[in-house]
Order: sequence, then C-alpha cells, then structure tokens
Amino acid sequence: MEIRLKIWRQKNAHTKGKFETHHLKEVSPEMSFLEMLDYLNTQLIEQGKEPVTFEHDCREGICGSCGLYINGRPHGPMQHTTTCELHMREFKDGDTIVVEPWRASAFPIIKDLVVDRSSFERIIHAGGFVNINAGCAPESNSTPVNKIISDRAFDAAVCIGCGACVAACKNSSAMLFAAAKVSQYALLPQGKVEAAERVQKMVKKMDEEGFGFCSNTYGCEFDCPKGISVDFIAQMNREFFSAKVCKPKAE
Amino acid sequence: MKKPILSLSSLSQKYVMALAGIFLMLFLVSHLATNILMLRGDDGEAFRGAVRFLTENPFIKIMEYVLFAGFLIHIMLGVILQIQNTRARPVKYHTRLKTETSTFSRYMFHTGVIIFIFLVIHLVNFFFVRLGWVPIPEVAEGDRYEFYEMARELFQNPWYSAIYLISFVFLGFHLKHAFQSAFQSLGLNHNKYTPAIKTIGTIYALVISIGFASIPVYFLFFH
Ligand code: HEM
Ligand code: FES
Repeated sequence: MEIRLKIWRQKNAHTKGKFETHHLKEVSPEMSFLEMLDYLNTQLIEQGKEPVTFEHDCREGICGSCGLYINGRPHGPMQHTTTCELHMREFKDGDTIVVEPWRASAFPIIKDLVVDRSSFERIIHAGGFVNINAGCAPESNSTPVNKIISDRAFDAAVCIGCGACVAACKNSSAMLFAAAKVSQYALLPQGKVEAAERVQKMVKKMDEEGFGFCSNTYGCEFDCPKGISVDFIAQMNREFFSAKVCKPKAE
Repeated sequence: MKKPILSLSSLSQKYVMALAGIFLMLFLVSHLATNILMLRGDDGEAFRGAVRFLTENPFIKIMEYVLFAGFLIHIMLGVILQIQNTRARPVKYHTRLKTETSTFSRYMFHTGVIIFIFLVIHLVNFFFVRLGWVPIPEVAEGDRYEFYEMARELFQNPWYSAIYLISFVFLGFHLKHAFQSAFQSLGLNHNKYTPAIKTIGTIYALVISIGFASIPVYFLFFH
C-alpha cells in the first residue's frame, strides 16, 4: 500500500517544530506502525537525511514507551492498542496519516516524536511504592485477599505509564495515571498501610508537575491502551478526601 | 513552569467546586418550585404569596448571602481551572478526533460564561429592582416585590424571552454534565448507583431547563 505521512519534526525543546510530509510506497499491511517508521527511517538514512526519532522498547504493548498521537488519537485509531501493536492494515491505501508527539507542558519534547515523561516517574517517586517488607511469594499467599478486590487491584496495575491519558485529556490531566497507581496499592493489604500518606504526596507531585485538572470528560478511559476505568479516579478522589479529612496531617 | 494559581490541591479545588455546584443545583430546584407558581393562571396570587413568605423569612435572608458566596466560589474556581488547564497544554494538536466522550464536559467553561452573562441580565431585571439599584418598572406600580407583573412585561417582549430561552438551553447543557460530574469529583462512584445518577442527572437537566423555559413561553404565547 501507499501512504502519505505528515509527521512532526522538532530538533529539540528549544526550537520550533514543523510538519514534514513523506510519501511511502510499498508499505506492507502486515507491518506494525513502528516497523513502518523503521522503513521510513531506512529510506531517510539512504538519502543521507536525519531519521525521525521516536521512542520504543518492547514492541509488545507492555513497556509504554511508544506513545504517538496518530490521526487525532493517542496510539491511533484502534481501542486498547498501543502504537507498537497497531498494524498498517488498519489504514487504507492512499491514506494520509498525521503523527504528532504527546502535547502537554508536563511532557516537554526532547526530539521529533519523543517527549520527556519523567514527570510520571517523579509522581511514582513521591509515593508509588510500599515501604513495608511484603515478603516473598509464599508469604503473600498467606495474606488472604478477596478475589474481586485483587482483580480490581490488577485492573489498575496494568497501567504501563505510556501517557495516553494525558495526551487524550483536553486538560492534559494525569488523573487516570495517578489514580491507577494510587488505587493499585490502596486496594491491597500491603499498600493500605501507607495509603493516606501516599495519595497526598502523589497528588501534590502531580499538581507540581503542571498537569491539568480533571473535567470528568473520560477521554482518558476511552483512549487508554489498557482500558483502565475512570472508576479509579473516583477511588483516588475518595482516598484523598478521607486522607485529608480523617487522617492526621502528613508532614 | 508557572506556579499554580492557588496553593490548594487540584482535587480539593474540584471538591469545593462540586460542593458549590451541588448547592447551586439545589437552589435551582427551589427557585423553579417558586417560579412555576406563576403558571397557575391565578394572576400571580400564589406566586406573590410565595415571594412574600420567602422575602420575610430570616433563613432565606441568610441563604441569599450563602447563594452569592456559592456563585462567587464556583465561578472563581471555574475561571482558575480554565486557566490552569490551558496552561497544561500550551501547544495544541494539529488533528484531534472527538471520541465518544461527554460532549458537554468539553464546554463547561463556555456554557458557564453564558450562564454568568445571563445571571447579570437576570439580576438587573429582578433582583436589583428589589435592592433599589434599578428603577421600578411602571407595571409594578411602585411595589418592588411585584415580580409577577415585572416578569409578565419582560417576557411579553420577544427579545427578552429569547435571551432567557437560549440561556436555559445552555444551562441545561451545563447541568447535564455537572450533575454526574459532581458525584465523580466527590469520589461517589459505584457500579450499582452511577448509572442511576447519570439518568437522574439527565432528567434533572431537562426538568430545570424546560421548567424555567415554560415561564417566558407562557407569558409570550398563552397569557
Ligand atoms: C446555576 C448555575 C450553575 C450550576 C447549578 C452549576 C453547577 C455545576 C456543577 C455541579 C459542576 C460540576 C462540578 C464538578 O465537575 O465536580 C459544574 C462544573 C463547572 N461549572 Fe458550573 N454551575 C453553574 C454556573 C456556572 C457558572 C456561572 C460558571 C462560570 C464560569 C460555571 C463554570 C463551571 C465550570 C468551568 C465547570 C467545569 C468543571 C470542570 O471542568 O471540571 N458554572 N457546575
Ligand atoms: S514499545 Fe513497549 S508498549 Fe509499545
């Protein structure tokens, strides 16, 4: 198939970027989106031009590094699919495909399509862990957890931190990400111990990083490649409220 | 990066906004319950009685200040939120697909601004007359509590009726999202009750906007 790529090029955070158009011939429908970009880059290198920089690692939908804003949606047109798992067969011959980086002040552009998502890292550093010794596998089995609850915790824990929620949100809010991380711990006995402190620290960090507020538009849930539910945002709102109102002040 | 406008966390700001919003939604119910009495066809007798009761009631006098504060807080937080959210995405996307999410939620600030403009007009029409800031219209014959005659005269002017009706449409849009959003912001989400909350929110928005709209329509066409 033949496609027209309208792709964002930007040298670094301090220069202005612009779109560049490339016509690609003989694109196989079996290619993944990233393979198609590899194919483009091979051609660019052969022509002595600078290849397009994009981030990727696992190429199997688990590392969360491959986020691209494709044709007006994070990770492209398929629901519950990361960019690396998106295939060219989802596009039509002769299509124009617009590729942009995530756009948020908390995700500054490093180069071309790569953004700096370390603001997510810093939210995790603020409290996305347990300090207690949770023991090894047999010990965790000796702590009974209701199956419904453990499933819910797992539904939150599938977050790969790709940033699609921020990219999808009209306010560039990181609520779905933070809520998934807060909830995955708050639901389980090992995480409950520090739940009140954790939620306050993580929300504080999230605000400091310059993410927007939550308008409850739920675009994040729709575009999350892992289908994480906005129910977790309500859960975080509850956790935060009870931490602020009922628990002693965090230092 | 710019510092946040308020040092209060984003979540706390949304709680306060939701609480103020819920208070305003309750006010709308009581306001509609009073005004709908105008439609009884008794030349405003029942409505006048209700107005008298409300204006003489000390509790309502206090609530007037609370209501003013509620609007002020809700509007101020709405503006702050809009500024913060605009700052969070300084460079816009070239192509952006609208996904199957709540359309009304995207325009809360815009519908809010329309409601605010309407609010000013509405206060000038009625409340400021009572305060004596605006001269009493002739139809009220010197009585600044004679809201029935004031409303009748106002709405027999199609322009005013149109302004009110259009505003109620946008109020309905605001409320459609606002009702369920307030519950979510307060963390009140439950797989048993949330679907019901959403349905009640839609019904609430319809009842309020159609209810208020019925008054100008009545004076314009049926009186
Ligand atoms: C009778 C009038 C009004 C009522 C009953 C009302 C009610 C509400 C409620 C319940 C919410 C949901 C809060 C939440 O998401 O947690 C809301 C949101 C909002 N309101 Fe109002 N409101 C009114 C007037 C206004 C006005 C005059 C403005 C002016 C700017 C405004 C601006 C907003 C904004 C920007 C939001 C969106 C919050 C967000 O995006 O998260 N509202 N309103
Ligand atoms: S490259 Fe790892 S999720 Fe796509």
